[in-house]
Amino acid sequence: MNLESFLLMRSEIGLLAILLLLIIFEIFSNKKQKAAVIPFALILLAINTVLGFLPLESGELFGGMFRTNALLYFFKTTLSLGVLILLLQSADWLKEKVVDENKATEFFILIISSLLGTYFMISAGDFLMFYIGLELTTLPVAALVAYDTYKRISAEGAVKYILSSALASGAALFGISLLYATTGTIYFESMAEILASSNLAILGFIFFFSGLAFKISLAPFHFWTADVYEGAPINVASYLSVISKGAAVVILMILLFTVFKPLMPVWNKIIYIVIIATMFIGNLFAIRQQNLKRFLAYSSIAQAGFILLGLMSVDQLGTTTIVYFVAVYIFSNLGAFGVVQAVSSASDKENINDYEGLYRTNPKLSLLMMLALFSLAGIPPLAGFFGKFFLYTAAASQGYYILVFIAVVNATISLYYYLLVVRAMFLRQSDQAIPYFKSPFYMRLGLILAAIGILVAGVYSPIYDYIFSISNTFLN
Amino acid sequence: MDFSYTILIPLIPLALFVILGLFSKKIPASIAGWFGSFGLGTSFVLSLYTAYHYFLEGKLNGVYQTFIYKQTWLVFTDKLHIDLGVMIDPISVMMMVVVTTVSFMVHIYSRGYMHGDDGYTRFFAYLALFSFSMLGLVLATNLFQMYIFWELVGASSFLLIGYYYTKPSAVAAAKKAFIVTRFADLGFLIGILLISYYTGTFDFQELTNPEGMLITSWASYSFMGLSVFTWGLILIFMGGVGKSAMLPFHIWLPDAMEGPTPVSALIHAATMVVAGVYLVARLFPAYYFVEGGFALQIVAYVGAISSLVAALIAVTQTDIKRVLAFSTMSQIGYMMLALGVSKYEGHEGLGYMASMFHLFTHAMFKALLFLGAGSVIHAVHSNYMKDMGSLRKYMPITHITFLIAALSIAGFPGFAGFFSKDEILVAAFESNKLIYYSSVLVAGLTAFYMFRLYFGIFWGEDTKYKHTPHESPLTMTIPLIFLAFMSIFGGYIPFSQFVTADLTPFTAHLDLPLAAIASSVGIIGIIIAFIFYKKPNELPQKFANAFGVVYKFIYNKLYFDELYIFVTKKILFGIVAFSASWFDKNVVDSSMIGIGNVTVSVSNKIKGMQSGKLQDYAMSFVGGIVVIAMVVFYIWIN
Repeated sequence: MNLESFLLMRSEIGLLAILLLLIIFEIFSNKKQKAAVIPFALILLAINTVLGFLPLESGELFGGMFRTNALLYFFKTTLSLGVLILLLQSADWLKEKVVDENKATEFFILIISSLLGTYFMISAGDFLMFYIGLELTTLPVAALVAYDTYKRISAEGAVKYILSSALASGAALFGISLLYATTGTIYFESMAEILASSNLAILGFIFFFSGLAFKISLAPFHFWTADVYEGAPINVASYLSVISKGAAVVILMILLFTVFKPLMPVWNKIIYIVIIATMFIGNLFAIRQQNLKRFLAYSSIAQAGFILLGLMSVDQLGTTTIVYFVAVYIFSNLGAFGVVQAVSSASDKENINDYEGLYRTNPKLSLLMMLALFSLAGIPPLAGFFGKFFLYTAAASQGYYILVFIAVVNATISLYYYLLVVRAMFLRQSDQAIPYFKSPFYMRLGLILAAIGILVAGVYSPIYDYIFSISNTFLN
Repeated sequence: MDFSYTILIPLIPLALFVILGLFSKKIPASIAGWFGSFGLGTSFVLSLYTAYHYFLEGKLNGVYQTFIYKQTWLVFTDKLHIDLGVMIDPISVMMMVVVTTVSFMVHIYSRGYMHGDDGYTRFFAYLALFSFSMLGLVLATNLFQMYIFWELVGASSFLLIGYYYTKPSAVAAAKKAFIVTRFADLGFLIGILLISYYTGTFDFQELTNPEGMLITSWASYSFMGLSVFTWGLILIFMGGVGKSAMLPFHIWLPDAMEGPTPVSALIHAATMVVAGVYLVARLFPAYYFVEGGFALQIVAYVGAISSLVAALIAVTQTDIKRVLAFSTMSQIGYMMLALGVSKYEGHEGLGYMASMFHLFTHAMFKALLFLGAGSVIHAVHSNYMKDMGSLRKYMPITHITFLIAALSIAGFPGFAGFFSKDEILVAAFESNKLIYYSSVLVAGLTAFYMFRLYFGIFWGEDTKYKHTPHESPLTMTIPLIFLAFMSIFGGYIPFSQFVTADLTPFTAHLDLPLAAIASSVGIIGIIIAFIFYKKPNELPQKFANAFGVVYKFIYNKLYFDELYIFVTKKILFGIVAFSASWFDKNVVDSSMIGIGNVTVSVSNKIKGMQSGKLQDYAMSFVGGIVVIAMVVFYIWIN
């Protein structure tokens, strides 16, 4: 091992450097300079994201505890781009925080720490590394949920989050210990070779799976979601339901397709049931929501159910579709959450009826919202449609026709409620329509990037082809 | 020969949409109208040029060639990929002409019709979006591309039906149309999945090549007695049934009349609703050759039944736009049944040609009828026949053009509808007598309800108008005159020289005895309408009373809407959604209320958090694990 090989950890080292720089900045800046942290942090993260587009070799470090390859690396870059968009959308909101409470820096530090934890989970080569990553992603988010310290609902949400996630981590850890007991190893590669479907191993898997299912908020592990999202500031809710969840799905896929491959006959039945439950629960509850934040939260539960369809096909097709759909999901949701954030900060309104007549007053925002929602609903030719279509194909290729049928029905149900929002914006008129406003610079940049993401991911086919070509690197 | 320039025909409306949509607040409506008309005019001229060019020189050894310009867009697997492009063959060229003609006319007309509504730039933006989507659908090179535009057409139709969003009925109608057609599209999507999965292609040329391996080697996979390909075709047809408002998915069309009348003319008469017919025509060889045309038989019967039912309902309606809506449904039923009874080669493929021919003439006269109705509504501000009468004195141009269209649809000899309908009847006669008799009956009913409408509007008693009606402005009457011209002379186009199932021209003759029967039935219908409605009298009411229950049954559209409401409201929402909402109210909401209480009373805060819902969550978490473990261990493993 030479120093050069540490470059495999380039993205992690980059994030770590940003964290350090931000802390140094926080210590040495005086009160007047504090506001400069926003452009400073954004530029740093933007540089790190752009660097992510440079190619990277596959390899291992620390005796296999850390590994990386083209697919993992691609996904990290996608997440980094997502976080960048999210931070752009939060920047103007943070500006007020700098003035009032002097605490913008910690927001960046917490989010970036959480992202770093996600990176480690993605690249983990053994359960120890994985568990450290898991905690590193979870703990900062609890602080973020309580970011509006003086709002009780926020504190309430944070407490709920941290207690539930402690339970989930506990379950996962217990699962890991059982798996260790049966195989005698915590390394993914060696475990995959030894793991057999003994009862103990299966029990271990179930506990471990529940811990992850909590993060993806799959039914029946989803109850915390609505409360926590309600309490959290919009951008934190967006981080939780978009970035954190998207990452967790891919991580679940990585583990199921590699370590737990020997247990496939067991887990694909579990996933089958979980998919159906998750889609129905997410959809039926989303229909009734009036608050857009809650609405997006529930709809993202249903979306998670969709993504899992790709797990039914343990091959290149399944891998590709999941990574592709998660990317699409991230951009579409960021678009929708961004609009909610923009409207909320301009007018303090978050309900669906408040959006009535929005197209008349703010046509561009409404068009972006429509784009994002239609993409989530899977209306061609938007990105979400192809994502869903590929997922159907992946499940159908393994003969799960009934499951595909149920998924198509659910997609149709979900169309109904996405349409409710579109209808409010375009086909309703209101005397109290939210008046025209111009979003500040960062917000606009964030929204434009999200819109570009939706359009490019949906229309520019080389992206799918690229994911397809690199998903081999991961399976071997 | 190079037809690659045809890509511009859909791209011009797209550009219009982008410009008008993004700057809808900055561009004044009058300029938007000019702009839109000019853009569509360009597309119109281009497609006429294409048609001229193609039908004159597109043949090789007497067979029309297909020109495809496409680009691979998404690669699925090594074999399966999605292309985007344009496909130039007789039916796509024909449809392109129809779409651009009607769209162009509607653009011109709307400048007059929408005058007075505020800010109708948005309207032209939606129209452009619709035109783009429809042209994309028509020119699609593969099933997948068609599906994409199919949905886009649905979305833009949603926006246009709901254009008057201050009217709750319009918004409800828009939603209904979208959801009903979406539901039908579910079948379409599953059909595409099935077919593409088994054949490994979306491409129209491969799917419809009668000599190709796909169609012949297909019978081997079967499911419930039919091959998967047949199932796929039936499911795809389900999408067509939805979009073309055939039974049982027709319920959205009458309600869709809430949209502005020019929209009805464009979307719900001439273009979007015939997409289903176009879809079947596009895949015709597959429908015909797979398993002896089982799926095609379904097409024929769905078409024949819809045609008859719609004609019956049309007789009883009093809202003039709804009469026209049911008439459209009935005429589309004609086109479907013509396709359904058609065969493939040479003169035997008469039904196919007749269907396309009728699609063409129908687009002209039905658009004219709608625009004429719009002109009338514009003048008297009502949709109902009771508010009209003797309008011929006030609106001479509308009157004459409407009469021409009515004669054309009634199949009066010499008018366009006569020729195309005659071909359909001949095709039905040669293949299926039952369908033939039903079609002749429909011809009579059509003549009757059309002239009921005509006499009711333009003759009859001189209603006391609040404002004296006056003829519409020139911008509205010019399209009427142009379409009237087409409604007469469109019938003299030798269609069998251009559009045939096997791409080889043949010569179709007028079948005199059958034509005589059909036109005399039509004329009888006109005469009965004359007796009933020329002057107000007791007769229609007497007849209605005599039929009593039957009349009421038909007047209420056979209670289809009620049936749907029963199924969706009582069963779907009542049982399924009720239990979900119970859970939501009692579990989710009460936990939210719990949080609310906590914030109100500080003293209960700590207690509330610790004994609150969190334990329930933890309970469900652990319970979930236990249930999964039990299921795995006791059911699947042992």
